[in-house]
Amino acid sequence: MTRSIARETEINNLKRRSRPGEWLIQGFLFFCGAFSIFTTLGIIYELGKEALLFFRYEGVTIWGFLTGTKWQPQAGSFGILPLVNSTVITSLIAMVIALPLGLAVAIYLSEYATPKARKILKPTLEVLAGIPTVVYGYFALTFMTPLLRSIFGSDVVDIYNMASGGLVMGILILPLISSMSEDALSAVPRSLREAAYALGATKLETAVKIVLPAAISGLAAAFIVGISRAIGETMIVAIAVGAGPNFTFNPFEGAETMTGHIVRISGGDLSYDTIDYNSLFAIGLLLFFITFGLNIISQNIVRRFREVYE
Amino acid sequence: MSTKSPGSGLIPFFAANLSVRNRSAVIWRGLFQLSTVIGMVTLALLLYTVINKSFGLVAINNKVNPETLAVNGVPLEQLDKDTLVNILQNNVSKGKFRQLEREMPMAERTRDEVYALVIDTVVQPKDIVGTWTLVESLTRRNAIIAQVHDEHPDATVSFRSWLNPNFINSPQSSDPLAAGVRTAVLGSLLTILTTILVAFPIGVGAAIYLEEYAEDNWLNRLLQTNITNLAGVPSIIYGMLGLAIFVRGMEPITSGALLGGADPTTANGRTILSAGLTLALLVLPILIINGQEAIRAVPSSLRQASYGLGATKWQTIWHHVLPSALSGILTGTILAVSRAIGETAPLVVVGAATFITFDPSGPFSKFTTLPIQIYQWTSRPQNEFRNIAAAAILVLLIMLLTLNAVAIFLRNRFQRN
Repeated sequence: MTRSIARETEINNLKRRSRPGEWLIQGFLFFCGAFSIFTTLGIIYELGKEALLFFRYEGVTIWGFLTGTKWQPQAGSFGILPLVNSTVITSLIAMVIALPLGLAVAIYLSEYATPKARKILKPTLEVLAGIPTVVYGYFALTFMTPLLRSIFGSDVVDIYNMASGGLVMGILILPLISSMSEDALSAVPRSLREAAYALGATKLETAVKIVLPAAISGLAAAFIVGISRAIGETMIVAIAVGAGPNFTFNPFEGAETMTGHIVRISGGDLSYDTIDYNSLFAIGLLLFFITFGLNIISQNIVRRFREVYE
Repeated sequence: MSTKSPGSGLIPFFAANLSVRNRSAVIWRGLFQLSTVIGMVTLALLLYTVINKSFGLVAINNKVNPETLAVNGVPLEQLDKDTLVNILQNNVSKGKFRQLEREMPMAERTRDEVYALVIDTVVQPKDIVGTWTLVESLTRRNAIIAQVHDEHPDATVSFRSWLNPNFINSPQSSDPLAAGVRTAVLGSLLTILTTILVAFPIGVGAAIYLEEYAEDNWLNRLLQTNITNLAGVPSIIYGMLGLAIFVRGMEPITSGALLGGADPTTANGRTILSAGLTLALLVLPILIINGQEAIRAVPSSLRQASYGLGATKWQTIWHHVLPSALSGILTGTILAVSRAIGETAPLVVVGAATFITFDPSGPFSKFTTLPIQIYQWTSRPQNEFRNIAAAAILVLLIMLLTLNAVAIFLRNRFQRN
């Protein structure tokens, strides 16, 4: 009798025994997990701090920053619209290429391609996605720009222009959109397709009228992530789009995007605590908010509009 | 009458439409296929552009025309070592030749080294007057040679592979014929090493926490959402964070001053350490997400069996979960690292050196990396810098290809288990 009680307490002890080592490890692992929060806070704090310093300078106002159409640091005018404008134009061109192509590739891979074809095509697209962006920049400058100039005439197309950067950016984003879209399309259950076939729908009708609408939340998310990627893309625009802010809607002219401007200015000799230095952080903060916001929207779309199938 | 099914009155209507429907199905199928083909063609075009620029004819103005150095009609590049040594002896001053002998006796030099010496000291290439792409060089060779003879009578035309052992082994230089990528490749490797050392433990730790320990509460959901969002933040933002925190804020540490290991040539925070730390922040979210997937793939029966035998949580993770997730984690790490190797923008912002000719000696050296070298050469207007940029791109792509081959190898081993 006494022996069994002793055994029981021993077992209880084992369960309740404090294990400092385990706690220490769990604490360290939690720190690793929480590290990403520090990164986010660090970004907001550092960018916010330097951006605030920028708005303290004489003649710089938030309103003027957001609505001014001239970015000339030498003349003291800091209006971000020319930079935003060219970011929007290059991103639009990229999306015009990447969205239809990426969607078509996704439909082809998920609905039409044989397993064998998919086995070759998917890794090839992954290769396309894995090529460093500086290589795409080189491609834009040495292939796309001469191509555009030979089609439209070299007096129409500048050496540095938004069209070539945007087109190549579209190619860069294509694999991202196609792989996210394909995941969304593949997640649509087979039963839906088979019901459509049973009613006499062709493969195209099934894909476009049944599968596509069922996967629309995933497709929208892919689209938004694509835009966010285009807005934040740097090296292609830094190499091929231009080296000076230019407020223009003509895609064949050179202009500087937000990211391109940050890279060019910080690539030179930049001294700390100057208005140029601080202005970069204001641009960076705006860029961060835009892309972070787009990512959150895309996640919410997936969460809220996802069709759940039994 | 009674055998007729209710819908059969619609059959003519369907039949009339059927050909239209089938035709549009075929057309669209073709369009979908075409899009895929466009993707593949672009990849091919990209590689074509790079390779086309990496090899080709080049016209160089020399101090001495190498054709005049031919012996008995044998051109310079085909001469054997002894003849080359003779040429060297005849064309440089005695003092200069003795000095060369002192550096390394001619007998000990290989034929290629002597040839390089002849080119350097006797021929003395001065400037490039024109370069041509591989395709041009192959199709219009004679026209190009004729054109060069017309416009630059002193220049010699030769076929040049911009990607050559000398290119890989030389430091940076303002002369495109002598420039190489050794400094940049070493810089890339050291930076990536720093990145891995910092990001791997933290990334795997975070993945373990989120998959094995985290309960479903608001804090852990926030952590997960935050990581997903960070993976979508543009890389240049990380560059600015690195500039503010590592380069400026932690300057005493990242410049090495605090540890007494400061590199006198740097003396500020724009070092390999700063660059590596910045890239570590950049790849962390990707690393965590990949690690989580690998850990999630471990069947829970493994954990239950371990608990059943009385193991603690950490014993279970360390002895059972991690070993079976390891190759998945490594694959994910390699993919994240290969992204970091190609990153350019954040390192430009952190402050890569625009021109260094010496190898990095440690974490506190000034740095440049291969993508940055490519960016700088691409931004030069001269054609010959585009050629060496293309050769550098080939080096970068080969590095990435090797890494990915390792990843695929690991993945295949993983899948077999």
